Amino acid sequence: MPRGGWYSVGVVLLFALLPFVYGNHALLFNMMMYLVLAQGINVLFGFTGYLPFGYVGFFGAGAYGASLAILLVHLPPVPALFVGAAVSVLVALLLAPLLRLSGAYFAIASLAASEVVYYIVSNPHLVSLTQGPYGISLAQVYNSGASYATMVVVLAMALAVVVYLRNSHMGLALQAIREEPISAGFAGINVVRERIRAWLLSAALAGLAGGTYAWHVSVFYPKSVFDLNISVFAIVFTLFGGVATLVGPIMGTLLLYGLYNWIGISQPEYFQLVFGIVIVLLVLFLPNGLVSLLRRVKIHVP
Amino acid sequence: MIAYTLLAGLLFGLYFSLVALGLNLVFGVMRLINLAHGDFLMLGAFLAYGLYSSAGVNPVYAIPAEIVAFVLVGVALYYAVVPRLLSSRDPEMLSFILLFGLSQIIEALAVIAFGNSQRAIPATVFGIRPVSLFGQTFPAAWVVSAVVSAAAILAVYFYLYRSRLGHATRAVMASRDEAASTGINVHRVSAIALGAGLALAAVAGAFSPFMLGSIEPDMGIGITTVSFAVIVIGSLGNPLGTVLGGLVYGLGLMLMETYFPSWADLLPYVLLILILLIRPSGLLGKRVRLA
Repeated sequence: MPRGGWYSVGVVLLFALLPFVYGNHALLFNMMMYLVLAQGINVLFGFTGYLPFGYVGFFGAGAYGASLAILLVHLPPVPALFVGAAVSVLVALLLAPLLRLSGAYFAIASLAASEVVYYIVSNPHLVSLTQGPYGISLAQVYNSGASYATMVVVLAMALAVVVYLRNSHMGLALQAIREEPISAGFAGINVVRERIRAWLLSAALAGLAGGTYAWHVSVFYPKSVFDLNISVFAIVFTLFGGVATLVGPIMGTLLLYGLYNWIGISQPEYFQLVFGIVIVLLVLFLPNGLVSLLRRVKIHVP
Repeated sequence: MIAYTLLAGLLFGLYFSLVALGLNLVFGVMRLINLAHGDFLMLGAFLAYGLYSSAGVNPVYAIPAEIVAFVLVGVALYYAVVPRLLSSRDPEMLSFILLFGLSQIIEALAVIAFGNSQRAIPATVFGIRPVSLFGQTFPAAWVVSAVVSAAAILAVYFYLYRSRLGHATRAVMASRDEAASTGINVHRVSAIALGAGLALAAVAGAFSPFMLGSIEPDMGIGITTVSFAVIVIGSLGNPLGTVLGGLVYGLGLMLMETYFPSWADLLPYVLLILILLIRPSGLLGKRVRLA
């Protein structure tokens, strides 16, 4: 078993078995969704250093891709999810030139790109194709059990991707590029190709999560699947736990989404306040996340 | 029709220059993107609203209060976080994330303090008679906002190019280290520039009810993105290039709203992506900083 493998199996089994003993399935489902998105952010930001503020664009593209495959082509839900992921990957391919930008420029440009996707999908002129601002209803395929099980599988895939990156040449190559792109090029790494692979991989994860989410809730509006808060949550969960590790984003998501569930749903503004304070303190005092505390006491972090 | 659209574009262009000017000033001096820019604009809007609704103060007379309050906030914010950030391993990314956290805090506090309802200042505070310009008539609030914006832009010009402090500020923009080595107090100059940047945002906020729609606590992030588009179109780090960006954006927005209204929302985002990819140094292209 590769390093981190047993942790992943444990997390997946936990979410597969918890519904039998714990009644709040919506919480479990959303937590899995954010685990997948946080690991997707981790693949991109943790391993390559690109911070995608517009990550939710891939989530929404996956949700719409899968939904339209069900509604217009009458595919069954599971194949439709792959159509959704393919749509996300296609959007990512179109946006690949954004990778020429760096740092904050990339972050804001990707935010702008996700807004472009949102405004196109929700445009009243495209009602005949996407139902524009009126949203999607998938009532005829609604199946909360099957979609929950699918999210467990998607979660397993996301964790497998990160375990692979933690143990493979590709993961090392990406981190080398993140630290010193020019030296990495000299060492024989194809910088552009590796970056694009990470970008597409991370988009595919968001697309799968988006499609499964669409299936699970079965009624949604463009505003809710292109909500910037989805990006923000996934990014902060990842940073809080610690990037470029397997357990960092898991810890961050379980703690902060747990907190959100505790105070954020009834009083979102107080949660947002805590959230903002956490971000500021994190940058000032713990820029490498919670896992750096574990490392400080010499615990190995997969 | 076309004359009206172009003149309205000019008025809005001047206003958007003011909206983005502070962001560019801060970027020029500190090389960091103030993600909380739009949130400070929102706070400025609430200050003007508060002065209007409690004491009937016309937004034009609220300007001095806005400037004093936000210069102080900016200077305090600078000394609280920036020196510490600049000494860290990756100042650009970390300050970006920190300012994002600050933007969340401001938005949350604004919701807690003011609630989620939308506020507006009636445009009739500037009189009910429309103003006519070159044979076209416009709401007085638009014209007042554009005139205030032009005045603020001129003030920034005199600050940067006609004052001792401005010379020092431009030296810091050109090179922080070299400016420090010639004896300029870099921290003082930067702190004042951050204060001036926030004050410009706040003044723009006082007129946002007439130009951007109602005041809401969550308006910040959208305004930050539009401001970023405007300064990228002009030229990053060149404050007066903002005016060109603002005019291009204002004219583009009015033309879109006249001829393709349902696609007008896309404009800032598409312009931003295109400019970043095709000409990252902006239209004025002083090559201050490539993305």
